[in-house]
Amino acid sequence: MVTAEPAHMAGVVGKRDPGVTARYIASNAWIGFTILCILIAAGALIAILGYVALQGASSVNWAFITALPRPVGVTGGGVANGIVGSLIIVGIATMMAVPIGVLTGVYLALFGRNAFAEALRLLADVLAGIPSIAIGLFAYTLFVAPFKHFSAVSASVAFAIIMLPLIIRTTEDAVRTVPRAIREAGFALGLSQFSTTVKIVLPAAQGAILTAVLLGVARVTGETAPLLFTAFGSQFWELNPTHPMAELSLQVFTYAISPYDDWHRQAWAGALLLTLAVFALNLLARAALRLGRR
Amino acid sequence: MTPTTPTNPPITPAASAGRADRAFFITLWAAVTIFTATAVGLFIQLVNGSWQSLTTFGFGFIVDSQWNPVTGHFGALPMIYGTVVSSFIAIAFAAVIGIGAATYLAEFAPRQIADPLATLVELLAAVPSVVYGLWGLFVLVPILRAFVDPFLQAHFGFLPIFTGPIYGVGLLTAGIILAIMILPTVSAISRDVIRAVGREQREGGIALGSTRWETTWRIVLPAARTGIFGACVLALGRALGETIAATMVIGNKSVIAASLFAPSYTLSSVIANEFTEATSDIYISSLIELGLILFIISFIVNGAARLLVNSVFSRNEGR
Amino acid sequence: MFRMTRGRLFAALAGTLAVATAAFPALAATQLTGAGSTFDYPFFSKAFYQYSQNNSDVTVNYQSIGSGGGIEQFTAKTVDFGATDVPMTSQEVQRAGGGVLQVPIALGGVALTYNLPSVKALRLTRENVVDIYLGKITKWNDAALKKTNPGVALPDLAVIPVNRSDGSGTTYIFTDFLSTVSPEFKTKVGAGKSVQWPAAGSVGGKGNEGVAGSVKQTPGAIGYVELAYALENKMEQALVQNKAGKFAICTTVGVKAAAATRPDVNATNFSIVDAAGADSWPISGYSWVVVYQSPQDKARAKMTKDVLAWTVTKGQAIAGTLDYVPLPENVQATAMKTLNQINL
Repeated sequence: MVTAEPAHMAGVVGKRDPGVTARYIASNAWIGFTILCILIAAGALIAILGYVALQGASSVNWAFITALPRPVGVTGGGVANGIVGSLIIVGIATMMAVPIGVLTGVYLALFGRNAFAEALRLLADVLAGIPSIAIGLFAYTLFVAPFKHFSAVSASVAFAIIMLPLIIRTTEDAVRTVPRAIREAGFALGLSQFSTTVKIVLPAAQGAILTAVLLGVARVTGETAPLLFTAFGSQFWELNPTHPMAELSLQVFTYAISPYDDWHRQAWAGALLLTLAVFALNLLARAALRLGRR
Repeated sequence: MTPTTPTNPPITPAASAGRADRAFFITLWAAVTIFTATAVGLFIQLVNGSWQSLTTFGFGFIVDSQWNPVTGHFGALPMIYGTVVSSFIAIAFAAVIGIGAATYLAEFAPRQIADPLATLVELLAAVPSVVYGLWGLFVLVPILRAFVDPFLQAHFGFLPIFTGPIYGVGLLTAGIILAIMILPTVSAISRDVIRAVGREQREGGIALGSTRWETTWRIVLPAARTGIFGACVLALGRALGETIAATMVIGNKSVIAASLFAPSYTLSSVIANEFTEATSDIYISSLIELGLILFIISFIVNGAARLLVNSVFSRNEGR
Repeated sequence: MFRMTRGRLFAALAGTLAVATAAFPALAATQLTGAGSTFDYPFFSKAFYQYSQNNSDVTVNYQSIGSGGGIEQFTAKTVDFGATDVPMTSQEVQRAGGGVLQVPIALGGVALTYNLPSVKALRLTRENVVDIYLGKITKWNDAALKKTNPGVALPDLAVIPVNRSDGSGTTYIFTDFLSTVSPEFKTKVGAGKSVQWPAAGSVGGKGNEGVAGSVKQTPGAIGYVELAYALENKMEQALVQNKAGKFAICTTVGVKAAAATRPDVNATNFSIVDAAGADSWPISGYSWVVVYQSPQDKARAKMTKDVLAWTVTKGQAIAGTLDYVPLPENVQATAMKTLNQINL
């Protein structure tokens, strides 16, 4: 039902206070700034990925993905064992880091009101700043030196330690943002702390936790330094996690610093594969999450 | 909204939920113990490994400028300087751009492009650090040396940070590379945190007549600030500990210079560069002590940040 | 109708992994492990590959974790042999429990590369090189450089000496050369895998590619790289004057000539820099492999010895294909003699 404009409102509608206009212009300007930010971020990615693709795309083919490494001058070299090794090492690392990280984050979110919890948070932040080579050394002391041989598992431990701060912090924040009302509803229904957390709170926070896990996985997949003393590397097939194992980023690094053009090509191709693999993992994980949401 | 250190009384479940909860607490405690043991164990190992250089050089290690593997005389001051400056340049850039990008992705981007764009930015985290280093050396360094650095020197050369010869490699270059590397951390986590802010908050702002930006700036971002701050802290940690990418573009010279164009050295770069070739005990010990110093710097920076957050933010709590 | 659920997706992935795992054949060969020098890595990867083609019951997993890392792992007995660019010192041998045999296994040279587009075939005397890296020569049109390059128009550009920032055998050979040629350099800096470079305008690059990259990007820069790197990447080399007075660039021939002047090289007397002889390249050096004289696992030690024995003799033929320098015959004999001292 259309009513006529009241007399005292005549002329107001359609006319804007110049102060208001200024605010709208400012608003659009700031939104433009955020667009600039995303463009810079995307631009950096295109610049880097583009460079990698330029250098390595021509060398990526099925043979490269399925062949074992070959010495310089011998054609047909590939990174197959590195791909498998990366999957195994990062996979085991994720299986170690996610439970410990999520549970610690939950603890901090639900019961972290004392000085001990504050110290724990500080410790997690500090851990994020330790160079990966120091963490690799720690894993070496615990898992390699006593057994007198290198193993993929020790590398997984190092990677898990690198991933922990990210997962802990993000889980805590994500669980805290779940509204109290939802948790209280769970309790009102007679659920235990455990059930409320696992069935209500964590699913609500899973998107954020997944982001942290994927970020962590992306990061460790590109790490090299901790592997030098833990997984050690290998030119051969290896599936046993208690043996030294090849890893893609380590191979990329070794090839990249060599003098040979052939290996440089393979380094770039390997780097491209690495990035694409993480990208695929990202998509897969998010798809799985959406499936779970029904 | 959500305080850093909660001050509200804890909400508790029904008393009948006992047994499941006991098991739950035990698992929580187990996880916490494993984590604490790992972190503390790492610290102990760092102290243990650096014991020889700690006792040989003592406090002088931190203020000494000489790093001489041949004579066995080691000092960490230039590296501490390089680490702190490059990391702060990195977080300064990454925080602004990262939060800006996250805000766009969470608030203003159309549905269809928000997710793909966000995944793209996260992809930056997947690039191996050696690739960042090589890209930095072969793409970024020439650009900085030929265009950006001379421009800065021509227009802002009166500032001491823009004086001196231009090599292309140096503190500024390292800061920029680190900024790109930590950008996805800031952006991805901030985006999730911003998205988690309840709709009612935004709607309230709009109902009161705010523009889109005002709603974001005055309501949404403050609500998300703890999480955003946490993201920045994690990103800063990453910048402090980054080894390979930084070492390829920083010039690797253990001197302290006022200019951002001068070559410099970071703690992790030294460790990455020299650890695998170090053979004498005092040398290895000094390198591990660098790791320990990094641990302590991280501790101080993070501790200060937490104190700041707790004092500034909690003052505004109590809604 | 088939509906994809999380559970089914997970099961599918797990199933694929299981099938893939089962499809891989079991490994029957013995895998020996070696670790150490990055310099040796390309040579070893080809040599050991060839050896495994000839002897299918042995594979060698060699990883380049650095000479220091190699010595550490050798001492910790986590590897069968170590490889290092600088032989283990008496303290390091002591730490490893004594009874260490050190065998020369590869030979290489260090080339000087520079970035002066207007100057081809830059000549440098040994003193010039020292003075550049000491920071005494700061401009390319310095009188000393003009004297060495008569008739060449040297630009008024700052000299930027580039060094390796990571510890490396290449740096050791180069600083050994500078210390041998100049007592001042020896006292001021000394020889080492990592040193404190005194020149005010110097810059450090990580790895060969860091140095090469820096030199390529910076007009007026000069840096030192492995011979193989310079040859493979076709870098512009500076001609350095050797002890006999001749100017030449670094070549495999020059390095071999230098090595041949010292056939009695051993772990305590191993320097071949500034060698005499008209064809010698002054900046050359060996790389070494370390094994225990009385190993516990005799079976593995025998296999290791066989691999290394092949590498120092027949395997040297591979060196040339990778721009490494094959060991001179007399040095091969020394190496074999040392290997035969292993108590099996």
